[in-house]
Amino acid sequence: MIAQFVSQHLPALQVVVPLIAAPVCVLLRRPTLSWLFALIVTWICFAMSIALLIRLESAGTIVYEMGGWPAPWGIEYRIGMTSAIVLVIVSGIGSVVMPYAKASVAAEIDPARHYLFYTCYLLCLCGLLGVVATGDAFNLFVFLEISSLSSYVLIGLGRDRRALTAAFQYLVMGTIGATSIVIGIGLLYLVTGSLNMADIAARLPEPGTNRTVLVAFAFLGLGAALKLALFPLHVWLPAAYTHAPSAVTAFLAATATKVGVYILLRFIFTVFGATFAFTTMPLDAMLLALAVAAMFVASAIAIFQNNVKRMLAYSSVAQIGYMVLGIGIATQAGVAAGLIHLFNHALMKGGLFMAIGCVFLRTGSVRLESMSGIARTMPWTMAAFVLGGLSLIGVPLTVGFISKLYLIRASFEAGLWPFGVLVVLSSLLAVAYIWRVVETAYFREPTAEAARATEAPLSMLLPTWVLIGACVYFGIDAELTVDTAFRAAAALMQANP
Amino acid sequence: MSGGTAIALALFLPLAGAFGIVLVGRWPNLREGVTLVTAVALFLIVGSLYGPVTEGVRPALALLSVAPGLPLVFEVEPLGMLFGLIASFLWIVNSVYSIGYMRAKQEHNQTRFYACFAIAISSALGVAFAGNMFTLFIFYEVLTLSTYPLVTHAGTPAALKGGRTYLGILLFTSIGLQLVALVGTWAVAGTTDFADGGILAGTASDLVLSALLLLYVFGIGKAALMPFHRWLPAAMVAPTPVSALLHAVAVVKAGVFTVLKVALYVFGLDLVRTLAAGEFLTYVAAATILLASLIAMRQDNLKRRLAYSTVSQLSYIVVGAMMANGVAVMGAGLHLLMHAFGKITLFFCAGAIDAAHKTKEISKMRGIGRAMPFTMAAFFVASMSIIGLPLAGGMWSKWYLGLGSLESHHYVVLAALLISSLLNIAYLLPIPVRAFFASDEERAVWGPGIKEAPWLCVGALGFTALASVALFFFPGPFYRLLSLIPGLGS
Repeated sequence: MIAQFVSQHLPALQVVVPLIAAPVCVLLRRPTLSWLFALIVTWICFAMSIALLIRLESAGTIVYEMGGWPAPWGIEYRIGMTSAIVLVIVSGIGSVVMPYAKASVAAEIDPARHYLFYTCYLLCLCGLLGVVATGDAFNLFVFLEISSLSSYVLIGLGRDRRALTAAFQYLVMGTIGATSIVIGIGLLYLVTGSLNMADIAARLPEPGTNRTVLVAFAFLGLGAALKLALFPLHVWLPAAYTHAPSAVTAFLAATATKVGVYILLRFIFTVFGATFAFTTMPLDAMLLALAVAAMFVASAIAIFQNNVKRMLAYSSVAQIGYMVLGIGIATQAGVAAGLIHLFNHALMKGGLFMAIGCVFLRTGSVRLESMSGIARTMPWTMAAFVLGGLSLIGVPLTVGFISKLYLIRASFEAGLWPFGVLVVLSSLLAVAYIWRVVETAYFREPTAEAARATEAPLSMLLPTWVLIGACVYFGIDAELTVDTAFRAAAALMQANP
Repeated sequence: MSGGTAIALALFLPLAGAFGIVLVGRWPNLREGVTLVTAVALFLIVGSLYGPVTEGVRPALALLSVAPGLPLVFEVEPLGMLFGLIASFLWIVNSVYSIGYMRAKQEHNQTRFYACFAIAISSALGVAFAGNMFTLFIFYEVLTLSTYPLVTHAGTPAALKGGRTYLGILLFTSIGLQLVALVGTWAVAGTTDFADGGILAGTASDLVLSALLLLYVFGIGKAALMPFHRWLPAAMVAPTPVSALLHAVAVVKAGVFTVLKVALYVFGLDLVRTLAAGEFLTYVAAATILLASLIAMRQDNLKRRLAYSTVSQLSYIVVGAMMANGVAVMGAGLHLLMHAFGKITLFFCAGAIDAAHKTKEISKMRGIGRAMPFTMAAFFVASMSIIGLPLAGGMWSKWYLGLGSLESHHYVVLAALLISSLLNIAYLLPIPVRAFFASDEERAVWGPGIKEAPWLCVGALGFTALASVALFFFPGPFYRLLSLIPGLGS
């Protein structure tokens, strides 16, 4: 009976469970209790997204009508292969970060505010999942705002007062992005009279005949680019990631920008259509140019950072460039490569930020010089960092290598071979910034704090190694990733999410 | 034991050894025992493949599929068999030497040293037995990374700087060039499997194929073709056993071995001969032979001189692969073997001199023959092999390379080979000659009587020197092994 209910309403429960759980968390108040509750909820969410992915093996697209109201009057949830992948990434990272968060949050956030942290965490998770699951454009905007507002709070919750200005900056930029998206949706509503994305796609006039559609496209593109931190609209990201509590950085870095990429994919392929985006509008050329700029400029900036979290944040901007490059190649193989990297990057960047969070817990600093000789006292943490770093560089047997392989191949097959070469050249910049950390941590004499530091607690180390282990596992056995990504790309090419 | 099992064991055993070394790291004797037992067992396992390979069988093992169309597979063909035998056999000798050397110098972090060494050997065997370019590339990269801690073993600023050059050049060439070539091959041929006669012929225009060949040969940075050779002298900051086995045998040979594999099984010799890039690379390699020899003459630090000599000698193999006729490639294949024994001996000698007398500069080695007669005699024999004089194995490979250059009318290459031999004489032979024939004052510096390095070191270097001589008299088995490759030999 219950099983049947859950199975029937799975797409809705995926979003509704964290939404209802968040206020319950406020009622619980006690730090440990609210943590435990949030932990269980995130794991349930993860189980549900896995179930959705498995169900997609047989069904092409899962369509769910909220409250039984048929689309386009009611809100429709539409989950295809791409959405399922992103759902798994978001809820998966959410549930791995949760056990990590306990010790990390205890050290970085005032105990009286712990329940607020877990409440906002669940809200943010709900928002991100909602954006991905929904098939309604306005509903997407609402969930985007839920996730954004809660993440401003999450970033500002720490004791680091600079986090407040970072959160404010993110708020301003994020609001510009969200406004841009809602304007775009409004214009589409004006033209088609519908808010259901599939319905909008069906009602859109012939490409190139309506100027309002062009403007809507521009606004939506801009909004999505801001949310996914596409260079040069990335300025909010480094500050926010640097000063946010460690657990927040790990969670957001691995999920928020990925959802931004999903929004871009969703609007390009399932609303406007690839023909409109890449033939009528020169979006592919723009994406390629910005992606290359991101890959090189952000990597180069990363090399000169002395704050390791900020360095990783700039590296994220560069890595987003790879995903966007894949989309810009505008072939099935290209989009698939972008999706492969979307998944892979979530694993490695999540793992890396968690490793650096372990260092912060023990030394109270993430500056490069304070990490001198830290590998002697925190060998497991630093080994995780090195493996994650190697993956970022794209060394074989790690997920980063798989990403590079498919990006290069896609650009070759599309006749865009210079971009394949640019991918490898820019990934060499990663050697420079990763190796600065490796040399400092392994070969310098330890500072006083580093010598006193002890290995991070198991509750933080294990989740870190789960992600780093996944980096290696999916680097050796990438059949699942590659196969799923190619199926998702094929579906996108036919305007299915 | 089936072929597949033997391959799996050959890859796994050194890794298990590395694990064992870390486990018993606290007890040095036990730890070195683990290294030696692993090395001997490994050689026996690799050796068990020799019989089937000479009978024309190619033992194979499919491990798993990393991604659709990209399986991790292994296949032992004659060239890989030869490289596998060299690497696993010299690991035994080198381990014996290492024990003497590392203890005499009282080096720190010896456990890490032996463990990384074992991992490096495992990846070298992965390169040797790889059944497709994808698998080879993976192990090629693991070899780079597992040797980095060995290069920076000392942990000094100089070692770190050397390590940076080492990693920088090797990763730049492999990721920046070789990976592009690998994906290019995969894109045009649809596979990266090694096959007799190559997989690329007729799949793309000559321009694309030429570009791929350039990307491959320059991208295989371990072959140290100029201008990507600087990592090799930089790697000389490593302890001598590392320079001896890795930077004279395993790592650099993995590089030129990969060049040979690419020429034989990815492009096919017929295709390499017709491509403009093959011709161009022939001359780049010939230029590297000469330039590196000239630079070697100007080095006073013995290990650096030997490093540049290695750069030069590696290009003998590249030149053979790029001339791409059966005789030249036979010469290149044999040079893999002959140079390994010659150069490891020379490095052993350099390390022995350093261990016994803390001397690294050639200018300070006059008259040392009185104190270290065995070492310097071995140095003389090994020099003969490198130069290519009779009674040492090095003659055979140079013989076939010369014949090969005549066969395809590369007279410039022949001239380069001859001039290089003269240069080899000029920068190698004076060292043992001046060691023995010195004035009385110069000899007196070394004190009365014999003062050799630890007997484990002397034993190891004496053995490899004698092996170089033995290879002059008995090159047959290796020639026959290589002539099993279609199109090789006269």
